Amino acid sequence: MRQLFKFHGGVHPPTHKSESTRSPIAQAAIPSRLVIPLHQHVGNRAVPVVQVGERVLKGQIIGKPDGRLSSAVHASTSGTVSAIDMQLVAHHSGLPDLCVTIIPDGKNEWVAHGGVDYKQTPHTELRHILRLAGVVGLGGAVFPSDMKSYSNKHKIKTLVLNGAECEPYITCDDLLMRERASDILRGAEVLRELLYAEEVLIGIEDNKPEAIAAMRSAVEQDGHQHMEVIAVPTLYPGGGAKQLIRVLTGIEVAAGVRSTEKGVQCFNVATAYCVWRAITYGEPLLSRIVTVTGNVSNAQNFEVLLGTPVDELVAQAGSKSDTDRHIMGGPMMGVDLPSGAVGVTKATNCIIEASDALFPPPPPALPCIRCARCAEVCPADLQPQELYWFAKAKDFGKTQEYSLFDCIECGACAYVCPSQIPLVQYYRFAKSEIWQREQEQQAAEVARERHEFRLMRIEREKQEKAERLAQKEQAALAAKAAAAPGSATADPQANAEAALQARIEAAAARAKAQAAAEHPKNIDGLTQEQQAEIAEIEARRAKIREMAADAGADDEPPKHN
Amino acid sequence: MWSSPFITKTTSVSQIMLHVLIALIPGIVMYVWYFGPAILMSLTLASVTALTTEAVMLKLRDRPLKPFLSDNSALITAWLLALSIPALAPWWLVVVGTAFGIAVAKHLYGGLGNNPFNPAMVGYAVLIISFPAHMTHWLTPHPLGEIVLSFPEQLNYMFNGALPAGLTLDALTMATPLDTLKTQLHLGLQVNDIRNMPIYGRLAGKGSEMVAIGFAIGGIYMIYARVINWLIPTIYLGALFAIAGIFHLVDPVHYASPLFHWFAGAAMLGAFFIFTDPVGGSTTFKGKIIYATGAALLTWLIRTFGGFPDGVAFAALLMNICVPLIDVWTQPRVFGKKGDGK
Repeated sequence: MRQLFKFHGGVHPPTHKSESTRSPIAQAAIPSRLVIPLHQHVGNRAVPVVQVGERVLKGQIIGKPDGRLSSAVHASTSGTVSAIDMQLVAHHSGLPDLCVTIIPDGKNEWVAHGGVDYKQTPHTELRHILRLAGVVGLGGAVFPSDMKSYSNKHKIKTLVLNGAECEPYITCDDLLMRERASDILRGAEVLRELLYAEEVLIGIEDNKPEAIAAMRSAVEQDGHQHMEVIAVPTLYPGGGAKQLIRVLTGIEVAAGVRSTEKGVQCFNVATAYCVWRAITYGEPLLSRIVTVTGNVSNAQNFEVLLGTPVDELVAQAGSKSDTDRHIMGGPMMGVDLPSGAVGVTKATNCIIEASDALFPPPPPALPCIRCARCAEVCPADLQPQELYWFAKAKDFGKTQEYSLFDCIECGACAYVCPSQIPLVQYYRFAKSEIWQREQEQQAAEVARERHEFRLMRIEREKQEKAERLAQKEQAALAAKAAAAPGSATADPQANAEAALQARIEAAAARAKAQAAAEHPKNIDGLTQEQQAEIAEIEARRAKIREMAADAGADDEPPKHN
Repeated sequence: MWSSPFITKTTSVSQIMLHVLIALIPGIVMYVWYFGPAILMSLTLASVTALTTEAVMLKLRDRPLKPFLSDNSALITAWLLALSIPALAPWWLVVVGTAFGIAVAKHLYGGLGNNPFNPAMVGYAVLIISFPAHMTHWLTPHPLGEIVLSFPEQLNYMFNGALPAGLTLDALTMATPLDTLKTQLHLGLQVNDIRNMPIYGRLAGKGSEMVAIGFAIGGIYMIYARVINWLIPTIYLGALFAIAGIFHLVDPVHYASPLFHWFAGAAMLGAFFIFTDPVGGSTTFKGKIIYATGAALLTWLIRTFGGFPDGVAFAALLMNICVPLIDVWTQPRVFGKKGDGK
């Protein structure tokens, strides 16, 4: 028996998982339209490569990755692009983002595609396939998988496969493991090879005995050498990557530290499944399993085309009439969707149809009585009651002193709070305030640097002007000396003048050298964008000066801003 | 738009407080059994005073009445204070103590959750400093007293100050077991001889030891029901036992046994109901250990060397003062970080 470790705290909310595990994964219907956001992953938004009116095929890239940290986005089925514009998206910000809207033609016609044998393919190419297949972490973090499947110096020992699924209501990974265990494990094997990992530990919470059995028998049948399926205790948030890594390996990964630095990498089971489909069959990430549950007559898991409007999806599960909102994710960390028209994204693991009967609005909060039940359940070992106190007082320095940014917003504190204080909201507020202040500070820093750069330039121009004047004077003196031959060598006054001239020259040279030395210091630390911006501003100014000169020499030169 | 989490556990503040009140009942039953029903009158008086004062203060502070009057916290203050002072006392004693505790110690500091000091203990401190004489007349327990007052007679004394003809207060009351021990030790007696006096029972004071057992039963129920954390009572009683035990072992002639300290006075009430008050207590694991150990040490010191008969109330107040510092000192290590989380 493997030794398991514990993380601090945790809670046992009612799981409500059995509602949606009674029937197998169903294929959701092709919707009347697909609203596919181009930003479904961590990193840069994909760049649209299709035109409105263009016919696209299933699996065709409609958004290409932009920059290193980015991922491709595809047409989930064949059809016609009807719009590329800003739409509401399934994201906690509630802000609109660029989406491609496709009207499906119902033919479900594939683009030409094919897989490779991962054993015969170089790793860089495998990673490229993942990137172009739009494979990202399906556990909710949506981090591009190609960026995570890279092991520098072969230092990853353990690959953790996350099948814990600790949030109440959600069962998409459970069903996927029950029904498609073999492909998950094959995907995990590809990832293990990419990472040169020694072992694969598959963590599944012990409230999913069917999934554990299915995965174990698949490990045995397919003869996977380095894999072990481990039942971990059911304890929210045990499915958080850091908590699961802790439970399985005993390693604690602090906030802001990558698990790879500790020799561990973690992937969700659904991601491993998609890795296998992408590599072996050339199937990009076009659909995912979504649990539809809550206030519905027929809670169930569906395989859903990405971009399917939530309204059309929940109708297939029989959403009840008193439903007044949709929650994406679970009840502990989920997002209240801004609209039912948003499309399902790669991060959509679950839609809970919610009503006041299901999730009653909380009563007015009472003051904190410092009972520290929140501290007892905090998986990050924080003191939520202190953080709340400081966040409420807007003492953001103190919140950082008390490790605000180690908070994973799991909601365990707010769940147990007898005063019903919406603690997580306070932490989100404090975090966003701090981020905003840091951004403002950075902006001010850039502005200051620009200002100093400008002062330095004016100073340099003055110096150059002084030099020119000095040179002119020198030339005049030289001409004078040449005009009075014979006295040049003997005249002590002329000698003194020459010495003075030499001193002026030396001073000018020093100033010039100083200015030159200062120049790189000021633009040191500037990013390429900033440098480009400065160059652009300078070019603009030069142009304005030219225009002013054209308009007439008597006119005042344009003032600097 | 709502924000996650969308679900909460249904334990509310008023439920927690209600459990605390329920847990006091075994002790109160013992109290009535051994000392008569006078305590019920002072509990009622204290409750009415607490709720009235709470309402007036909420009104003055422009706060909503309903959520705060129904949170049951004022009732806990009332009951703890009533149980800490003599039951047979003029009506205004408990009224003044309760009103002061609620109005000054609680609301002037910001009300529920914001009071650095336990309001009941502040009320007790005010009474014992201002009216020390009234605070020494403790009822003689049932089997000892030759004369037992009926309930109407007790009420008559509380409200009119009149005792039945021919009776003095001294005939009905006595000093507490802790007080007697201290006085007799000063007079040169030994602990063993004093413990043989009729007011003492097997563990500590006759009657009062049973009340303490009642409180302990209520306390264990609260731990079982997860109303309070086990740490503070365990450490407090453990530390009290240890320090009393060491001195008792070294010099049994002058120092009472640890069991005596457990079951005399307000130690059990303190362990389960006073030091576990979260508002003025430490919130960290290590902090709770320091808090409870300090409280035990102070309880024993004040009982043994101090000028007051019992040390629990002052131990609570003194440790309340230290909490901000203790909490800062004892921040736990944050997940994944080394040392103190920095």
